[in-house]
Amino acid sequence: MANLLVAEHDGAGLKDATAKALTAARALGGDLHVLVAGQGCRGAAEAAAKLDGVAKVLIADDARYAHLTAEPIAALLVGLAKDYDAIVMPATAIGKDVMPRVAALLDVMQVSEVTKVLSADTFERLIYAGSAVQTVRSRDAKKVITVRISSFQATGTGAAAAPVEAVAAADDPGLSRFVGEELSKSERPELTSARIVVSGGRAVQSRENFAKYIEPVADRLGAAVGASRAAVDAGYAPNDWQVGQTGKVVAPDLYVAIGISGAIQHLAGMKDSKVIVAINKDEEAPIFQVADYGLVGDLFKIVPELTDELAKIGK
Amino acid sequence: MKVLVTVKRVVDYNVKVRVKSDGSGVELANVKMSMNPFDEIAVEEAIRLKEAGKATEIVAVSIGPAQAAETIRTALAMGADRGILVKTDATVEPLAVAKILAKIVAEEQPGLVIMGKQAIDDDCNQTGQMLAALLGWPQGTFASKVVLEGDGVTVTREVDGGLQTVALKGPAIVTTDLRLNEPRYASLPNIMKAKKKPIAEKTPADCGVDVAPRLEVLKTTEPPGRKGGIKVGSVAELVGKLKDEAGVL
Repeated sequence: MANLLVAEHDGAGLKDATAKALTAARALGGDLHVLVAGQGCRGAAEAAAKLDGVAKVLIADDARYAHLTAEPIAALLVGLAKDYDAIVMPATAIGKDVMPRVAALLDVMQVSEVTKVLSADTFERLIYAGSAVQTVRSRDAKKVITVRISSFQATGTGAAAAPVEAVAAADDPGLSRFVGEELSKSERPELTSARIVVSGGRAVQSRENFAKYIEPVADRLGAAVGASRAAVDAGYAPNDWQVGQTGKVVAPDLYVAIGISGAIQHLAGMKDSKVIVAINKDEEAPIFQVADYGLVGDLFKIVPELTDELAKIGK
Repeated sequence: MKVLVTVKRVVDYNVKVRVKSDGSGVELANVKMSMNPFDEIAVEEAIRLKEAGKATEIVAVSIGPAQAAETIRTALAMGADRGILVKTDATVEPLAVAKILAKIVAEEQPGLVIMGKQAIDDDCNQTGQMLAALLGWPQGTFASKVVLEGDGVTVTREVDGGLQTVALKGPAIVTTDLRLNEPRYASLPNIMKAKKKPIAEKTPADCGVDVAPRLEVLKTTEPPGRKGGIKVGSVAELVGKLKDEAGVL
């Protein structure tokens, strides 16, 4: 038997999340196949075939998978499931949407957002916004798993490309229809895979100040921009910038928290960052308890200085 | 249209959860419990549909111990019409919760089920999708906007790069994200009125569902701590440290 990893991709290529989830999927042992479902996704399938440890790539190239909506993808996965011991997907918005539907159709209790694979049936995952680590063993014969990608390093390319095999599309249950999407266009790296993240909190005070203070320092560093829930709730930053328990979980090399007090729900989304910098005028702010480097003071004075200082060292 | 909402009793959002020293779980004795925040958003959305004349009745369902009746009572005070408590002291996993809810949906025949996208205790983010699967219904997860049109529902969803809109055939499942609405506080007169609203009681066995866990929890531990570092005195010192000591620039 073998395990199946469901790829996250943009058609032409793979998202970083796929190579990270692959690392978790390989830790299960056994042969590993990757499914690339989409429309016009040959490029992504070929990229998947090059990843180390992939024995075979399945490609389901069909209009019904163009937007990776849950109902048709779940139907496809349920059809493929009989050949696999485990079905794995990164816990991206798509993975979170699709996989529990697959699990219930297979009568399996999903293991959500695993942070460590201890064996083929035993995993670690976080509960209560990361306040506790649970070690769980699945008693189900088949496993359905989503992977917290910030907890795994990406797998690189292997020596030889694996074969790519087409699979037939499954019947579309015809329950939902894609209407449209508004994706934020940005030259910046993706929040969940950026090497550096600069985040602003409520103390930034306005959307204009995000543009004036936070974004320039992020661009100087080639960083993604994040935000605390308070900043998003106040309308200072778009929803998809939110870092935290119910937003995105990031673990960059450098995380710069500006004007963020550090509620547990925010820490849940960034405390695995390699180096954390906190800039806050309240020296008692909890963010300083997790920061490697703290700077107490007024962000409106410090952040422009920081942007200038980075320019001096050629950033 | 009848709308069903689900409400879970969880440790309050503001409580700092502590792991028990013997690794058997987290400390739940004498801890403040509240309605899961995403479920409050679900209740609010249902009430707004009723106020807009699109929903006729709101049924709030909870699965949990006797005290989960208080959580239902909160939903009734906000504006739900009646409650159903599926009483159990066991820890019920999302799959079993979805099976129980599927039975209740079969009895109640709602046109829409609105649920929180995840509970802030186990952080699973599964139950809505699982219920949709078991019923063969479409799902609109992580909703930031819900528009009822005829028997269908158009849902704007929060996805990784922004927003996606899908049109679902009714009946459907919607799970709420944070920005769908701001839940109201119950007024005192409504809290009084809620005391008279009915709550029916059942058990998982009445629904014919085996709630034995599929995931065995081997242990629960503290996450590795992160030590606070140092305070630096100036921006120049910070940049110097990041460049030379941390090597991240």
